[in-house]
This record gives sequence, structure tokens and C-alpha cells, in this order.
Amino acid sequence: MVEMRKITKEFPGILANDQVSFNVNSGEIHALLGENGAGKSTLMSVLTGLYHPDGGEIYIEGEKTEFSSPKDAVNHGIGMVHQHFKLVQPFTVAENVMLSIKGLKQIYNLKEIEQRIIRQSEAFGLSIDPKAKIWQLSVGEQQRVEIIKLLLLGAKVLILDEPTAVLTPQEAKALYETLLKMIISGKSVILISHKMNEVLENTNRITVLRDGKSIGTVYTKNTNEKELAKMMVGRNINDQLEKKSYRKTEKIMSLDKVSALGDNGLLKLKNISIDIYNGEILGVAGVDGNGQKELAEAVAGLRLVKTGHISFRGKDCTKSGRKKRMNLGISYVPEDRMTTGLAPDLNAYENMALNSYRQYHGAFIHWDKIRNDTDRLLLAFDVRLASAANPVKMMSGGNIQKLLLAREIDSDPLLIIAVYPMRGLDIGATDYVKRLLIEQSEKGKAVLLISEDLEDLLSMTDRIIVMHGGEIMGVVNPSETTREEIGLMMAGKRKVDLHEA
Amino acid sequence: MKHKLLGSWEIKKTNTSSALKKFGISVTSIVLGLLFAGLFVLITGKDPLQLYGEILQSSVGSSYGFSETLVEMIPLAFCSLGVSLAFRMQLWNIGAEGQFYIGAFGASYFALFFSDLPKLIMLPLMVSAGFICGGLWALVPAIPKAFWNVNETISSLLLNYVAYFWMAYLVYGPWKDPKGNNFPLTKIFPDSATLPVFGNTRISYAIFLVVIIAVAIFLLIKYSKWGYEISVSGSSRKAADYAGMSYVKNVLMVMFLSGAISGIAGMAEVSGVLHRLQQTISPGYGYTAILIALLARLNPFSILLVSFLMGGLLVGGFSLQTSGFPSSMVSMFQGSILFFVLAGEVFNNYRLVRKKV
Repeated sequence: MVEMRKITKEFPGILANDQVSFNVNSGEIHALLGENGAGKSTLMSVLTGLYHPDGGEIYIEGEKTEFSSPKDAVNHGIGMVHQHFKLVQPFTVAENVMLSIKGLKQIYNLKEIEQRIIRQSEAFGLSIDPKAKIWQLSVGEQQRVEIIKLLLLGAKVLILDEPTAVLTPQEAKALYETLLKMIISGKSVILISHKMNEVLENTNRITVLRDGKSIGTVYTKNTNEKELAKMMVGRNINDQLEKKSYRKTEKIMSLDKVSALGDNGLLKLKNISIDIYNGEILGVAGVDGNGQKELAEAVAGLRLVKTGHISFRGKDCTKSGRKKRMNLGISYVPEDRMTTGLAPDLNAYENMALNSYRQYHGAFIHWDKIRNDTDRLLLAFDVRLASAANPVKMMSGGNIQKLLLAREIDSDPLLIIAVYPMRGLDIGATDYVKRLLIEQSEKGKAVLLISEDLEDLLSMTDRIIVMHGGEIMGVVNPSETTREEIGLMMAGKRKVDLHEA
Repeated sequence: MKHKLLGSWEIKKTNTSSALKKFGISVTSIVLGLLFAGLFVLITGKDPLQLYGEILQSSVGSSYGFSETLVEMIPLAFCSLGVSLAFRMQLWNIGAEGQFYIGAFGASYFALFFSDLPKLIMLPLMVSAGFICGGLWALVPAIPKAFWNVNETISSLLLNYVAYFWMAYLVYGPWKDPKGNNFPLTKIFPDSATLPVFGNTRISYAIFLVVIIAVAIFLLIKYSKWGYEISVSGSSRKAADYAGMSYVKNVLMVMFLSGAISGIAGMAEVSGVLHRLQQTISPGYGYTAILIALLARLNPFSILLVSFLMGGLLVGGFSLQTSGFPSSMVSMFQGSILFFVLAGEVFNNYRLVRKKV
């Protein structure tokens, strides 16, 4: 169906793709597996006509082809569902589809398009109402719209970039059922992913990329997690995370019926009551956008609560802002590392001073001391920089996260709030961050871990609260729960209801 | 990035940007800007080289020209140091011109109505008045910015006209010199209200203050806690909030200080050069100051240097009128230089390379 031969693409200083060969047959789901920066996205950008390769050839159904634009690739039957959907929120499904297939030049028939959407959605089990407005749809439904768009454009090869990152386990399952129907009808699917178990469960073949090179293509049924991990990172990964059990001795933080507004002025946190103890990792599960960010900000002191009370070690701190909470010992690793956790134009030294600069007497900062401390921390946390004097926006994602963690942990906090701390990191860095957080909890610190990855939550935490629509659906014990139970709660079922049913 | 216009060349991003390269790019941009402006001189039928020669001759070619260049440099450097402080926090204070006028107004008030005060009290009082009035004037756009996120670029710009016409009202109305033959001028300041000058030049001692403020801003930004907060807020407001810095407080303080420094410039101009208040006390110092701050990349010492160059261009421009050129030619030079400098910014982060085929 599609064959890419010896594709090479170079960016300044980086060989993003080094003679990568890759082929997809019709009727298969082919996974492209690799760590961040392995070259998956570059390769797919070449295939979708976004980048022009520096070397190599593309064959579509045996015919040598060269794409001069993304539109060109679409005309050859290649379509991609990006991680960030390209939909017009106030428009209906049919209007969005119409935009992409007809442009604005011709007179169109919305009724006809609605009919075609219904036909496609029935054929592949993508239930969707063509008259619904995009903003009314869940993330999973929006993804379906993107897929239907591509199908109506005549896509024969569908590329999906991390499609399950924003889905509940149930939605992910439905997606894979759809993909299965598609390949049965002769289409091909390329799945970009770094989640090994998903890839192992749902694909026919897997191609692993590492450092811009293709490490090899294997049949899914002939391989296993261990082999894939080794191919991805080039060494054996010790997958066992040991977590000592904790003893609740002190209540560090306590939220009592806390409600708060989101940035858009709507109620985003509703009646949240939780206690966080020292030495525990309290996990927060939920589909992105269900109040996790607001919860983290309310605890960190960056979001005023509307009603309810927050106390820290028994003392009320509902009204205290970020500065006071920092002094209390609340560290915060935000979701948005680059512009919230760090000042992107400042260098590593300057960024390391973000918490500690106030400690100096008088008007001046002692940069000598900060430079020494920073050099020590960079070493201790294995942050590898060309120069600590470069702006941090030039650093890689893994280094940025390590730098941020180094700063937040070095302040010797009592509570560490970590929001999606492993998101976007490669296996090596993920492993490092997990161990670091576990180690901190073993030292008696409380950790509030917000994550979308159930595997991580189940393996790392002592308790998990599940959020949906700004409310807590229930609290579960990782050793007694199942992915299905958490998944249903993420979709809005209360724990009590689940157990009555 | 593929671009048909570039043919076999393409633009690539670079991560290295050495100080030497930046300097080279700035100099090249200025030279190209002057060459481009020279084209227009050619169109008018004059020799651009001769014109540049005249500018050079009249601005730094004689001791008088040199001293006049320093006279122009003082208000330019003050205002530019002022706006550079706000720019560091990504606050686009375009109101230096108005802050300059209001500073001059505050200083003149004491010179005109408390003329009996001894020099030792009068001058510090006038400096303080210029400082406070300029600062308060800058707070007018700063308050809505800080509390309701109202765009400060437009409000600070528009307030320049308010300040200008307030000044016009005073010199045509209540503050007009009754013995001034109906010219829009106040009466001459008493001796106690004039800044001392060097020898028989018009360069006032305010030049010391310029250097002191430049050094102070350098120390503030590089070593102080508050300067650090300004840098962080300028890079990312979210990071400033995250670190518990008060954005509102910093906007107000930075804008106040920014306007206050331009206010001192107004004081220095009326007290050191004009010795009275009149309708036109500035040929657009506050606007040229923005250009200077950007050309100097907000570095206080570079601001002194660029202010000197721009001062020379102004002095040269005044003398151009005698050889039949409109003095607005200088605005064209400035515009042309700014255009090339901004375009040249691209080469700090990108470079042109020949495509491999």
C-alpha cells in the first residue's frame, strides 16, 4: 500500500530520520513505536507531505510519488488524525466535514453531507450526530469526527497520532473496534504510540524507531513487551517499581467541600473533600479537563476557592496565596512546564532561583551561591545541558522536567503537587521521574500525583481519587481496583452506584 | 521550510547566537538602512555621500557639533532608559513623550511659582517633581493594565496627546509670559532653577544623572530581587504568578519608574537647555527613545551609545535645512534604520544556507 524507502530528513544539528524504511500493507494496523524524539512524527510528516525529505523515496501502491503539500498527500489517500484536533468549535459536525471536503468555493448540500456522514459512521461503528455542534461533543466523539472527515476525503491510509492519550479506557476500546472494521474493509492504519501494551494488543506489525533510525519491524504476535522495550531504549529496562507501604501519621493537607471556578468563569471544582497524608502518593485519575488542573492550582494557592476550606497541618490556609503556600512547604510541578514552571527566556541558573531568590537579605540576589547550588543539582538530577547559561527554552523536554523537579524537591517541601509529570517524557526519563516521586514519598513527603496514565497510577500510588466533571466519583485502593472500575468512574459513574448495580 | 522565492537557498533555524554575531548584524542593519535612505536622496537629485558627510561634519566634526550631539543625547538616553525598563517586563510603554512633557510641567511649576528658593533646594525639588509627575502620568495607563488588562500600548500612546495639549494650554494661557510678545512661552526661569553646564557649551550636568541611572538599571536588572522579578514577569507572566510574584504590584512599580525617568528628562530639558517652558520642548524624543531602546536590545550601556548616534543624526538633521533638505529627512533615516534592524532580527535565530541537492 505505502512504502517509504530510506527516508532521510535532517534538521540543524539533528538527523531526525536516518535512512528509515517502512511499509504498510492494506488491511493492517501498523504501529510506529518509539520514544519522544525517535523520529516518528518526522517520518509521518514526510508521509503526509508536511516535510520534504532530504533523501529517500515514497511509493504509493507501487508507484513512486512525491508530495509537494499536505493536500497532495490527501489526494493520494493519506490522512492523519493529529493529537490536537482541527475542528471549528461552534460549527456542527456536518459543517466541519463540509469545510474540509469541499472548501468554500462550491455550492454544497448540507443534507447530502449529513447522509454521507451517517452512512460512514454506521459502516465503521462511529456513532455520531451530524447535527451536533463540536463543542457539545466529548473528546472521543471529536476524534470520531476527524476520522469520518478523512474517510469522506477518500483516505485509504489513516495515521493516528497517540489517539488514546485523551480517551477513557472504554473509549479507547471502542476506537480499536472501529479501526478493526476499517482494516477489514481494506484500509490501512498507522498508529503512532509509545504505549507498549496498547500496541501489543491492537496491531498486526510494529516498527520501532530509535534516534532517527529504524531498529526493525516485528510481527506483533511474535514479540513481547520486554523485547519491544529493549528495541526502544537499546538496553534492558528494569520495570519493577518497588514502593514501600506508608504509615499515615500526619494529615498534611485537607480540603473541605472546596468549590472553585475555572478560567472561563464556570464552576470547575464541585464540593471536593480530600485529605492528603505524609508519606503517601495520592493519585488523581480522570480524563483531561475534568477539574484536575483546577484542583492542583487550588492546593498550590494559585486559584482562589469559591466556597469551602483548605487547611495545612491543621491550620487554615484557605485565603493564603502562592507565596504563603510556598513558605508552608508546598511544591508544585505544573502541567505547563515551559511557561508556568519556568521562565522560558531565562537560563537554568535564573530559573533555579525562582523559589529561593527571596531568601537573601537585602535587595540583591547572591548569584554565586545560586550558580553553585544549580551546578550541584544538575549533577545530582542528571540534567544534561550544553550550557546552563542558555535560555531554558532551548532544552529538551526530559531535561526541562528534571530541572523543574530538582528545584521543587530541593526546597525540601512537605507536599509535592505533580501534574502529568511523566507526560511527553521518554521511557528513561519517565522511569527516573517515577522513582524520584516514590523516593520522596518514602522520605515522608506527601505527593499529589495527577496523571492520565492508569498504569502509572496503579503502580505508584497508595490511593486514587477519580474525577469527573469537577467532582470526585470515588476513592479506590490500587491493589483492590481494576482498570474497568476506574474507567467507568472516569466516564461519570459514581463508585457507590457501581457497587449497587 | 520550503519556499519558492528563495530558489536553491533555504532558511534554517540556528541555536547559536553569539554576542559578536549580534553586534555584526546590528551594524550591518544600520548601514543597510542608511544606504536604503540614500536611494531617496538620490531621487531628489542630490549626492547621498555628500549628505552623509554633512551630517557627520555638523554632528561630530566640530567641537560645537559634538557638544550639541551630547545635548540631544541627554533627553534621548533618559527616555530610552525609562522605556527599556518597561519593555523588559513586556510592558509596551509608548508614552515616554507624554511623560517627558508632564515631567517638564512638574519641574516648571516650582521654577515659576517658588522662584525665591535657593538653588540647593530648588534643583532637587525640580528633579523630584519631574520624577513624580512623569511616574504618575505613566500610572494612568498602568492601573487599567494591572487590574483589568487594558492594552497599555494604545492608552500610553494616546496620553501623549493629552500631555501635549495640556502643555499648549498652559503656555498659551495661564502660564504665558506677559512680557513675551504673545509668544507661547513662559517667562525665563530664575537662575536658581537652571542646571549648571560645562564651560560655554549647552551640556548640562544632567549627563551625570544619565550615567548614574544607566548603571543603576544595570545593577537592578542583573543583581536585584526586584530586577529578577521583572525579568521573570517579562518572560512569562504565568511563571511570575507561579512563583508568587505580584504581577499587579510589579506592573505599577515598573511603569511608575519608567515614566519617572522620562519625567526627569523633561525636567533636564527645561532646566538645563531651554530655561523656560514652551509649546515644543521635544522634537519627538519619547518616540525616538523607543527606537533606541530596541536598537540597543534594552542594554543600558548600549542605550547610551545608540542615544549618542541618534543625537548626532538629529543635530545633523537640523543643519540639513540650511542646505535645502527638509529636516524630516532625519525621520526617514530613522524609519529606514528601524526597518532594517527589525528585519535583521531574523538572522539572530535563522541563517540562510544553500540547499543540498
